[in-house]
Amino acid sequence: MHKMRPSIQTYASPLRTRLGKAWLHGDRLWQVVLIAMSLLVIGLVAALGVMLWRDSAAARTAYGAGFIQPTSEVTWNPVTDEYQAWPFIYGTLITSLVAIALALPVSLGVAVFLAELCPGWLRQPLSWLLELLAAIPSVIYGLWGIFVVLPGVIAPLGSLLVNTLGAVPGLNTFFNGPIPLSGASRLAAGMILSVMIIPTIASVTRDVLLAVPDSQREASLALGATRWESIWKVVLPYGLSGILGASIMGLGRALGETMAVTMVIGNSIDGSVSLLRPGYTMSSIIANQFAEAVSALHSSALIEIGLVLFVITLVLNSLARLLVWRVARRAPSEARS
Amino acid sequence: MNTAGRSDHPRLDPRAGRMRRRAANRLMLLLAGLMTILALVPLFWIVGYVIYRGSGSLNLAFFTQLPRPLGMEGGGVLSAIQGTLLLSLLACIMAIPPGMLAALYAARHPNTPLGVALRFGTDVLSGVPSIVIGLFCYSVVVKAQGHFSGLAGAAALAIIMMPTIIRTTEEMVRLVPQTLREASLALGAPEWKTSLSVILPAAVNGIVTGVLLGIARASGETAPLLFTALGNEQFEIGRIIRNGAASGAGFLEIAASIFSQPVDSLPLTLWKYAQQPYPERVEQSWAVALVLMILVLALNILARAWVSSRARFLRQTRGNK
Repeated sequence: MHKMRPSIQTYASPLRTRLGKAWLHGDRLWQVVLIAMSLLVIGLVAALGVMLWRDSAAARTAYGAGFIQPTSEVTWNPVTDEYQAWPFIYGTLITSLVAIALALPVSLGVAVFLAELCPGWLRQPLSWLLELLAAIPSVIYGLWGIFVVLPGVIAPLGSLLVNTLGAVPGLNTFFNGPIPLSGASRLAAGMILSVMIIPTIASVTRDVLLAVPDSQREASLALGATRWESIWKVVLPYGLSGILGASIMGLGRALGETMAVTMVIGNSIDGSVSLLRPGYTMSSIIANQFAEAVSALHSSALIEIGLVLFVITLVLNSLARLLVWRVARRAPSEARS
Repeated sequence: MNTAGRSDHPRLDPRAGRMRRRAANRLMLLLAGLMTILALVPLFWIVGYVIYRGSGSLNLAFFTQLPRPLGMEGGGVLSAIQGTLLLSLLACIMAIPPGMLAALYAARHPNTPLGVALRFGTDVLSGVPSIVIGLFCYSVVVKAQGHFSGLAGAAALAIIMMPTIIRTTEEMVRLVPQTLREASLALGAPEWKTSLSVILPAAVNGIVTGVLLGIARASGETAPLLFTALGNEQFEIGRIIRNGAASGAGFLEIAASIFSQPVDSLPLTLWKYAQQPYPERVEQSWAVALVLMILVLALNILARAWVSSRARFLRQTRGNK
């Protein structure tokens, strides 16, 4: 009890104190670790681009810009090592456009219902169901597509379209028959894709609509507009750039989708542009041929297709984020004032 | 009201105009509701049909036996079940620590150049098509190893999980009250100890949700596994361990031989079976779809129920104060 307590300095060795101070008791190391991990994530994205660029070098030097240019001739021949990517780029673009065209009106309806109309207790369960729809794996969509949608929906609808729209001059390039008996076609891929991207577009649009200040709605209603008129003429235009962003996000998802599309599009390279003919997309040619690529140039050409896909989705997603951010940033400041 | 200006023309009659506007209002609002129902039809259609077709082929052998050779009845998909579990586990081990640490950085420094770049990078990564991630892992892991492997597949799944984990962790860490952090720092705890033993435990529920959603997304992926994990109908962890133990291999050697083999997974098996002309394989593919769907949907529902029950609990405790 009466002994003098040794002061703290005698316990801590001078070296440890100095180290402790220099490293702020481990905080400097901690900071280094956090920054390293952040750089790792950013580095992953950069490495993705660099790797795809490097590994597609052989194809890029061999075929140049002609590889991705629109052409009516079909050249994809692993035996003679001649490749052109246009049929796949066209397939990806046309299926995604069909998907957006079908999904956008439905998604807008869903978002309007969720954000403006539905009672509060129903909003959460419905949003959950939408998220479950988005969570179903792509292969299951494909399986359902092959055995249910193709014979049950696409085949009859396709022959109907061939007989009606296929006879209209101008439209008939896109609705040329005959649709294969199985129903596998670009139209089938587009329809499956539209089901898959509805949850994405609808949930982002719902968030955008919920961010529109109530004062806008109240002002419109006070002027005597009906609910629909204030939604259509005030709320939707207010969130327009956000809705555009949501659609671009959906488009990005449709462009990169692989399995379901590969299972229903029929995987054939013919020169046709018709929606009712089987086709190929960029992701499905990679999925089908990369593991069995016969030559170095073949796999390099497939990697270049991957590079094109990467660049397109990168640009689209950046654009979509910018648009959605703009609405989200603008809304609260005006709501508060 | 000014009646002098009223005309007999129906387009100019204000009452007719009001009726028309009201009808349009009803119609369009009804249409919005119908669109919601239409959007949800595929969900019930798919779930119902998969249960209807898949439940017939489900039996004990399905979960405990390896696939039989083509054309033979029976057999199961043990290789795919074990492979999916192994790939998900390995992907979690690879994705969670870096993802969580990066999220801690993003939550603490949201406006530094690195923080902004990190958030942008996360958004970009979540938008990259999964097949492109497969190509990347092929050139980085498979080429370096010289063969297809479960390790390469798990790396691809880890990259796919990462954005979900980072985003949810960051959001949850931001929700932790600043006072908790300050209290810990005031007691003399260094920043790292505050993060690990105060902030992360407080945010753990949100983080678990993010991880569950990440696993759900990754375990349904097929495209990135096509040329990384490849598929392997003879994959059975028990046999590899028995063989390894019999030949006197150490723990590390056995583990290495598990990770360096091609691995099957449920979505890969489903994709292969669905395209084969044998009816019994197609029947099994529906059963695989059922198991996969239950796994993915259960993870999703679990994750959301977890969050909403926690949120209700927090609201109640706050209300009692």
